[in-house]
Amino acid sequence: MQRYKTYMAGYAFLLPWLIGFLALTLGPIIASMYLSFTQYDLLTAPKWVGLANYKTMFTDDFRLTDSVQVTFKYVLLSVPLKLAFALLLAILLNQGLRMLHFYRTIYYIPSLLGGSVAISVLWKQVFDQDGLFNRMLGVFGIEGPAWISNPHYAVYSLVGLSVWQFGSVMIIFLAGLKQVPQELYEAATVDGAGILRKFARITLPLLTPVIFFNLTITLIQSFQTFTKAFVISGGTGGPINSTLLYSLYLYMKGFTFMEMGYASAMAWLLLAIIAVFTGVLFLTSRFWVFYSDGGK
Amino acid sequence: MPHLSRIKPYALHLLITGVGILMLYPVLWMIASSFKPTTEIFTQSGLWPSRFTLEHYHNGWFGLRNIEFGRFFVNSFFLCVIAVGGTVISSSMAAFAFARIEFPLRRFWFALMLGTFMLPGHVTLIPQYTIFHEMGWVDTFLPLTVPKFFADAFYVFLMVQFIRGIPRELDESAAIDGCGWFKLYIRIILPLALPAIMTTAIFTFMATWDDFFGQLIYLSDIKKFTVPLGLRLFLDSTGNSNWGAVFAMSVLSVIPSFIVYFAGQKYFTEGIATTGLKG
Repeated sequence: MQRYKTYMAGYAFLLPWLIGFLALTLGPIIASMYLSFTQYDLLTAPKWVGLANYKTMFTDDFRLTDSVQVTFKYVLLSVPLKLAFALLLAILLNQGLRMLHFYRTIYYIPSLLGGSVAISVLWKQVFDQDGLFNRMLGVFGIEGPAWISNPHYAVYSLVGLSVWQFGSVMIIFLAGLKQVPQELYEAATVDGAGILRKFARITLPLLTPVIFFNLTITLIQSFQTFTKAFVISGGTGGPINSTLLYSLYLYMKGFTFMEMGYASAMAWLLLAIIAVFTGVLFLTSRFWVFYSDGGK
Repeated sequence: MPHLSRIKPYALHLLITGVGILMLYPVLWMIASSFKPTTEIFTQSGLWPSRFTLEHYHNGWFGLRNIEFGRFFVNSFFLCVIAVGGTVISSSMAAFAFARIEFPLRRFWFALMLGTFMLPGHVTLIPQYTIFHEMGWVDTFLPLTVPKFFADAFYVFLMVQFIRGIPRELDESAAIDGCGWFKLYIRIILPLALPAIMTTAIFTFMATWDDFFGQLIYLSDIKKFTVPLGLRLFLDSTGNSNWGAVFAMSVLSVIPSFIVYFAGQKYFTEGIATTGLKG
């Protein structure tokens, strides 16, 4: 009797999550799979079209090809740069400096603000032809291009905005650096190892779990970037699709053109892309991620 | 950490401060520009205005026809308060169940929950929208608030980890004193899990305040617009003609994030370090 009361209590407390999981996650996942095989505009019933959406995606949608290319470019540039900056600054901040707390706060501010519309608005002005950035370059006699309205450069302004927000990744690195036992460095010093050697042989290997974690999280987030591209391009993904990140194109398909079946198919392609990337990370991790406790 | 012993501490301070200023310069410049006369915004890269003016704040606040910016702030705050309350209550309940109560299929549900962690919201987006459309909830606050009462996997996980660290002896002594599950949750676990709850509250506030996508697809009546939507509308309607006012409203729009960040900083850094939230 007592046992059943405990069971009841468990499910009572779990109920809100359980309802949400079934109604807002699991159900929609199944529905989304179904919708991806249909033509659906929200107002009339979905019409089964088989693999037509997927076929169009792979053979007939040049904007999608552009969008995937821009997204890959954005992700493959911004993720490594962001991690590199974050690690570099974390190492500099971890030198036993005073005012660490203050610096950490300062460096986190871009991450704090980066997701807001306000910062995308600011970015739009700063990287304009006659914006702040080019005026700064002008001081050194360099004439910068129109970063945002030139299709060759527009994606770099998005990359820059993403890299600028390295603060949260940096904080995770800092926490990881604090876990490295000091004795290792002392022993290495006795053995006459220099800074670079210590970094390559001690810091980097012991930090690989944190690198792995940051890499996975940042990668998944970057593939889903939306606000920056939307605000900076004025909702168009232009000029000439140069800022058409995947999420933005999916939004346009689903909510501007009301091709919701197609948008669902796009969502599954995105999931597949993310799964491939994270899958590769997980599969290769045993070759490069080092767990000091032998791995669990 | 190997100390870069050849670099003097002051040189390091100088480097770190220098990089910090460089990074924050655009933000500082935006704040400064919001107080500058319009002509100076485009000619000056410095921070100090030759004449200090509040006209941009006035022009921005009343910059849209028939509606004031204050309305957007009220709407955003409303969404944030409901979202924080709903997420904290429902997520802590689920976390309590997972961390403390033995019931059938517990591990199964927990594994399923972890499985949804990495799921991009895109996959559930269209069906969710369809559901809310069918219920007549589009262009109301309901799609942006009601789901928050069904717990968020990330915060459940965060709190489960935390609650597991609270000694079990407390449960047992509470049971001897005749405490039921509900009392145990309210009187013992919730107060002791305060740091995790604060982290959840702060992150939920930030995420809701900055949630552009959800608000963009569900809200279309300007009276229901939130700060991000208002800002974007303002940018589109004034275009490049009135950067001063756009900057002024942008500055106002990030103030709540700043306040919450500095007020709850302790929980914030802990939260990031343990969960890797907010990229």
